[in-house]
Amino acid sequence: MMESSNSLSLSADKALKIARIQRIQDFLFHRVTQFFSLTVLLALMGIIVSLFINAWPALNEFGIGFFFSDEWDIVGGKFGGLIAIYGTLVSSVIALVIAVPLSFGIAVFLTEICHSRLKRPLGIAIELLAAVPSIIYGMFGLFIFAPIFGDYIEPALQATLGKIPLLSILFSGPANGIGMLCAGLILAMMILPFIASVMRDVFEIVPPVLKESAYGIGCTTWEVVRRIVLPYTKAGVIGGIMLGLGRALGETMAVTFVIGNARRISPSLFAPGSSIASTLANQFGEAEAGLHSSALFALGLALFFITFVVLALAKWMLIRMEKSQGLKS
Amino acid sequence: MSQMANIDQAVFARRKRANKIGLVLSMFAMLLGMTFLIWILAVLFIKGFSAVNLNMFIASTPAPGSEGGGLANAIVGSLMLIGSCTLISTPVGVLAGLYLSEYGDRSKMAAITRFVTDIMLSAPSIVIGLFVYAFVVAEVKHFSGWAGTIALALIAIPVVVRTTENMLRLVPGSLREAAYALGAPKWKVAFMITLKAAQSGIMTGVLLSLARVSGETAPLLFTALSNQFFSTNMNAPMANLPVVIFQFAMSPYDNWVELAWGGALLITFTVLGLNILARVVFRDKAQG
Repeated sequence: MMESSNSLSLSADKALKIARIQRIQDFLFHRVTQFFSLTVLLALMGIIVSLFINAWPALNEFGIGFFFSDEWDIVGGKFGGLIAIYGTLVSSVIALVIAVPLSFGIAVFLTEICHSRLKRPLGIAIELLAAVPSIIYGMFGLFIFAPIFGDYIEPALQATLGKIPLLSILFSGPANGIGMLCAGLILAMMILPFIASVMRDVFEIVPPVLKESAYGIGCTTWEVVRRIVLPYTKAGVIGGIMLGLGRALGETMAVTFVIGNARRISPSLFAPGSSIASTLANQFGEAEAGLHSSALFALGLALFFITFVVLALAKWMLIRMEKSQGLKS
Repeated sequence: MSQMANIDQAVFARRKRANKIGLVLSMFAMLLGMTFLIWILAVLFIKGFSAVNLNMFIASTPAPGSEGGGLANAIVGSLMLIGSCTLISTPVGVLAGLYLSEYGDRSKMAAITRFVTDIMLSAPSIVIGLFVYAFVVAEVKHFSGWAGTIALALIAIPVVVRTTENMLRLVPGSLREAAYALGAPKWKVAFMITLKAAQSGIMTGVLLSLARVSGETAPLLFTALSNQFFSTNMNAPMANLPVVIFQFAMSPYDNWVELAWGGALLITFTVLGLNILARVVFRDKAQG
């Protein structure tokens, strides 16, 4: 009797000890994993802070006017970011204008038209298009696409759209392939699979009952897509487009190959220009410490800021989409 | 009555026409997408295969104006950069993903981390290169393989974190509860039950991050730079395929451009192969 109670208390002691050790282990586990998840946050802060510190000399020297000046005189030490910011925005907008309708078509094809057996392989093919490294797009653009584009498509555009009075200014100048429009087209090819796969994913969460009831009252496939699927997935679709825009803004290699790297703003889309990322890729390696490299950091900061806002909006849209889906179902 | 039927007929015909136009345009978009993919792959094959030979794997990058040469130093450099990047990004990413899925439900911090990770997934890679330049290269005053590794790891970590978290969330709660009921502490459950159950999903994440990193050029431009000679010193500038391709493709020498195409073929095949492998790994497990 005595003995058994003794052993009982002994094992209770032991259990307490084990529990204490386990509590310490769990605490360590919690903190260690927390530390690593914080590294991601720290990295982001580090990026913003270090960009800002390094950009400060240029921002201090030129003020807010840095972002509105088109001067870029390396020898004279006068810098302004307007040319690069203009090039980034214009090439990305061209890319969006082309990629959005195409990726919408692809998403509709994959969710509504395609035979179920082909759905998976074709979906993977589109995802593979997204996986091709950007430098490959750049080489493809420079060596294959730009020559064809300059020889056939640009003259054709000049002969048709270039004849319309106001539009003609967009299509003026020599057609040598490389330039803003070419960069926009290559960018469109790159972001198309990103947007298409987001759209396909959000189209697929539309409850079948909704679509079936629309078909039941005699809607055509196109009407179901336009009147049922699209309104239901609006936030997700816009989120996907913003995601693509974020990619296009920050894309470096593909653009650097085909944009022409000219330092001027020209109203013609055929004219070469430069984007923030291409300016960085071309000049940062040779930039001397001082105002030049600081101005490049300021451009990097501007790029990071723009993409951050666009991507945050995209994320917010997609989260809203997920939430509303939870409410409706 | 018959007039009504006529109007209906007209409306019906218009709706059918709109439907047909919409669907044909969708098919056309799909066709165009496929054309791009096949076009790019075909060009790579045609241009790249003529450059692929044994010499490409054993000779180092040629000096300006000299004949022949290969990509051996760039291939080895790329493998070392990607390898060391994976060694860093996998443990960091998996542990961070563990935190988000096991502790991240109530904490505000975790929600912010998740948001930031998603943004870092698509953040411009050249800005990450700038950051590592300012943080590492400017401090030690020379370009190095380690700087390149850090830049690549910063790109790979968000990929691993997000896939790990998503995969861990797919593990049923009853599995965890069963282990808790046996008296297992939380860390043991996480490592021996949850991680184990999500093993193949996490493998997928690691493979995808490898694929993502293998083709990255921009972050290496100002960190690992490149090196004309064969070098395995991670403390010195290091040759790597993407940067060599960039330099060679823009060069005036024919043999350089040809080597660039060979390297492009190599990279694309690695990246696409890893992507397909990642899908196969995940699907096999999901079915079995």
